[in-house]
Amino acid sequence: MRVALMVTCVNDAMFPGTGQAVVRLLRRVGVDVDFPQAQTCCGQPMVNTGYLDEAVPAVRSFVRAFEGYDAVVTPSGSCAGSARHQHQLVAARSGDAGLAAAVAETSPKTYELTEFLVDVLGVTDVGAYFPHSVTYHPTCHSLRMLSVGDRPRQLLEKVRGLRLVDLPKAEECCGFGGTFALKNADTSVAMGTDKARHVRETGAEVLVAGDNSCLMHIGGVLNRGRSGVRVMHLAEILASTEERPA
Amino acid sequence: MTSARDEVLGRVRAALRDVEGADEPVVAPPGAAAPAGTSLVEHFAERVADYRATVVQCPPDGLAAAVAAALPDGARVVVPVGLPDVVLAGIASPVVDDALSAADLDAIDAVVTCARVGIAETGTIVLDHAPDQGRRVISLVPDRHVCIVYADQVVADVPDAFPLLDPVRPLTWISGPSATSDIELDRVEGVHGPRHLHVIVVDESS
Amino acid sequence: MTGTFVGMPTFPSAARTALADTQLRHNLAHATGVIRGKRAAVVGEVENWEDLRLAGAAVKDRALRSLDSRLVELEESLTARGAVVHWARDADEANRIVVEVARAHAVDEVVKVKSMVTQEIGLNEALEAEGIAAWETDLAELIVQLGGDLPSHILVPAIHRNRAEIREIFRRRMGEVGRPAPDDLTDEPAVLAGAAREHLREKFLRAKLAVSGANFAVADSGTLVVVESEGNGRMCLTLPDVLVSIVGIEKVVPTWAELDPLIRLLPRSSTGERMNPYTSTWTGITPGDGPQEVHVVLLDNGRTRALADETGRQALRCIRCSACLNVCPVYERTGGHAYGSVYPGPIGAILNPLLKGTGDPQTDSLPYASSLCGACFEACPVRIDIPEVLVHLRAKVVDGHRDDRVPKPEALAFRGAAWAFADPGRLGRAERLSSVAGRVLRRRGKASLGRLPGPGGAWTDARDLPVPPAESFRDWWKRTDGGERE
Repeated sequence: MRVALMVTCVNDAMFPGTGQAVVRLLRRVGVDVDFPQAQTCCGQPMVNTGYLDEAVPAVRSFVRAFEGYDAVVTPSGSCAGSARHQHQLVAARSGDAGLAAAVAETSPKTYELTEFLVDVLGVTDVGAYFPHSVTYHPTCHSLRMLSVGDRPRQLLEKVRGLRLVDLPKAEECCGFGGTFALKNADTSVAMGTDKARHVRETGAEVLVAGDNSCLMHIGGVLNRGRSGVRVMHLAEILASTEERPA
Repeated sequence: MTSARDEVLGRVRAALRDVEGADEPVVAPPGAAAPAGTSLVEHFAERVADYRATVVQCPPDGLAAAVAAALPDGARVVVPVGLPDVVLAGIASPVVDDALSAADLDAIDAVVTCARVGIAETGTIVLDHAPDQGRRVISLVPDRHVCIVYADQVVADVPDAFPLLDPVRPLTWISGPSATSDIELDRVEGVHGPRHLHVIVVDESS
Repeated sequence: MTGTFVGMPTFPSAARTALADTQLRHNLAHATGVIRGKRAAVVGEVENWEDLRLAGAAVKDRALRSLDSRLVELEESLTARGAVVHWARDADEANRIVVEVARAHAVDEVVKVKSMVTQEIGLNEALEAEGIAAWETDLAELIVQLGGDLPSHILVPAIHRNRAEIREIFRRRMGEVGRPAPDDLTDEPAVLAGAAREHLREKFLRAKLAVSGANFAVADSGTLVVVESEGNGRMCLTLPDVLVSIVGIEKVVPTWAELDPLIRLLPRSSTGERMNPYTSTWTGITPGDGPQEVHVVLLDNGRTRALADETGRQALRCIRCSACLNVCPVYERTGGHAYGSVYPGPIGAILNPLLKGTGDPQTDSLPYASSLCGACFEACPVRIDIPEVLVHLRAKVVDGHRDDRVPKPEALAFRGAAWAFADPGRLGRAERLSSVAGRVLRRRGKASLGRLPGPGGAWTDARDLPVPPAESFRDWWKRTDGGERE
């Protein structure tokens, strides 16, 4: 199986450690993952702000980069959701039948990390070790656009040493919402502040989620409040071992 | 000068240029059945009571007594013209509705009617205002509504009620006493409709 | 005496004001929390809820897909049962029809069933301008009307008010328009509801003309449906001599039997009850029972504009249950007034631009009043994909500015992003620039950024921002051959 990593633009530029963790993790479970350099961004920031024309080049890069792979794996529910649900819209807007055909090929084979591990590889125990208390925030797009359900939890429960603490009102949006965080900063921060409060209520050392953009927002609020809670991407915890702890 | 009718219909047709009409009526999924080990009538009684209505069950020969027990002493009671004699027997001096005015009804304490259908799952009574139920207004203005439902009128759920109801008749679906949650979402029974709903379920087996 | 949504600021600035109101935040969080819990409980009881949602959506779609013939059929059925059918292109035309009926009967007051559509068209104000008082009879609408306030929720228009505020409004205002509140009025909800009962009863008993909306209008039978809780609807629908019902053309249901799934979906989604206390259905005139003169006004007012939008037309399936408001994390914090319309919350964020068209700054701010979390779609009993429509409308807003002579900074930024994302080489160079900045900041011992000036302030006023890494992922991959040479 030829597997490509779609690292996402945010992880590429801001959180390279997440991409590195995915590479280590997948190799450990026997997947030789490739990183096609032609990739840029899934186009979601443009689509979700209303700039459909401006999303076309990103989607072109996407289909060019991932053509011919059996599966595309991404450590982001949001970007996987964009590839699965928005690329057709962008291709239709471009009026390019070739792009629409290419999208029809790449969209269905794009998986969020936990989907790929649990559904495609059929593993829940990835041999991870992380001796800390952790609370998990299910990001909206992974939860409601992709329906990843309890897959992240199944994976976390198998991590040795990890103590999983329930997050109150877990399924409520953290308020990031892409450009919403800037266009409606006050509401976004109000939502983030409530989410951060619930995180602190758990007493967990670490907040984990499957989307670094949401973590950047919640973590930004937690940091500003000097909470001492670490935020980590799920991939970093699943990649963590005794030999190489995260 | 196009009429509003022609213009609106024209706009609708223009808006639907890309659309095919659909001719097959939608078949909705089935409703719920009574829980295992519970009869329809028990389920109905339990669900009506859940709305904080009073529910009593009685055998056919106990109906007059049940009606009498549901009415406060000395209450002024309005009845529809077609209320069965067996029910009337339980009412001391009924006022038969002969197009009473709203003001007349406002001075009346209670009303006794029959019903058309009882829906178990939702604890709903449907009146179709046949002669044994009377005009819509008589079961609205008085503060206490005593309503008689026969066991064989009870159906399992909403979809079972629809085929039994004629939409040409005015219908009133009643689920408990009138209520509001408009103040802090705190449910309060009794606003403009009857504040007391007293349901008598007539059942051979009770 | 009534407020108006005209001239409301755009959502972000209205939201800022609302967020600063701690009492409002408290009232909303409490109320939406209560109703969410109730809804979840009664929806959870229904085993085939998802099938029911599909059926509800299919019924509304079926009506919309052949709306022209359904409306003609509805008109025929109503006329056959003695109703007078009117058509209204817009709000003014609908208001004029009601005023004419009121004038024909020489009334100086009407009683009203709670109705979103009459709020939408500004009927009360139009009647007041003609010297006709329009009495709201729903408890929450009464609270809003007496308070000179605006509704902030579809189901519970006074959701932003708590019991103490309501007591004050009743004590201050009831006596000015009718029976005063009792001297010993407490703030117990039951006592407040009792005061409303007493205050409104005289109005019900003397009313000659009532105005209602309708939750549904059944084409094949000519039946109108009003779903309510308090009995004020029944009072208005049965006591007066004359009834005028304003019905948006999207309210049509093809057949009587197809009403079933909608009647099963609405109360559970709306008030979180298995069934609402009262549902009234009536078909034209019933001799000897209820109003003997019945008018029905079929209203467009932007609905055909929404219907013409292939993605947006699904919003016309809306049955006004308000489930989307109650689960919306944005609505919960800003309340309804920030949306500047009688249709607030997620559904308002799509319905207003669809009905009015984009192009006005306030309307154009609404599709952005969402984090696209998707909770609304999950809760919607007729499966309106609100996030999909929001994104679609955002594109309409942006497209409306494509020919601007001076592009907005945001448009320039996205053009820049499109240019960078078209070519991985360009993106790599941009990332290296930020990595240089990151290395400099890290050498100074900074792991995160505090408050930044300029546009960055929108993020950093309340949130830290991580310092960019010293090396992008793609550079790491190249340098280490995908981690092989670390």
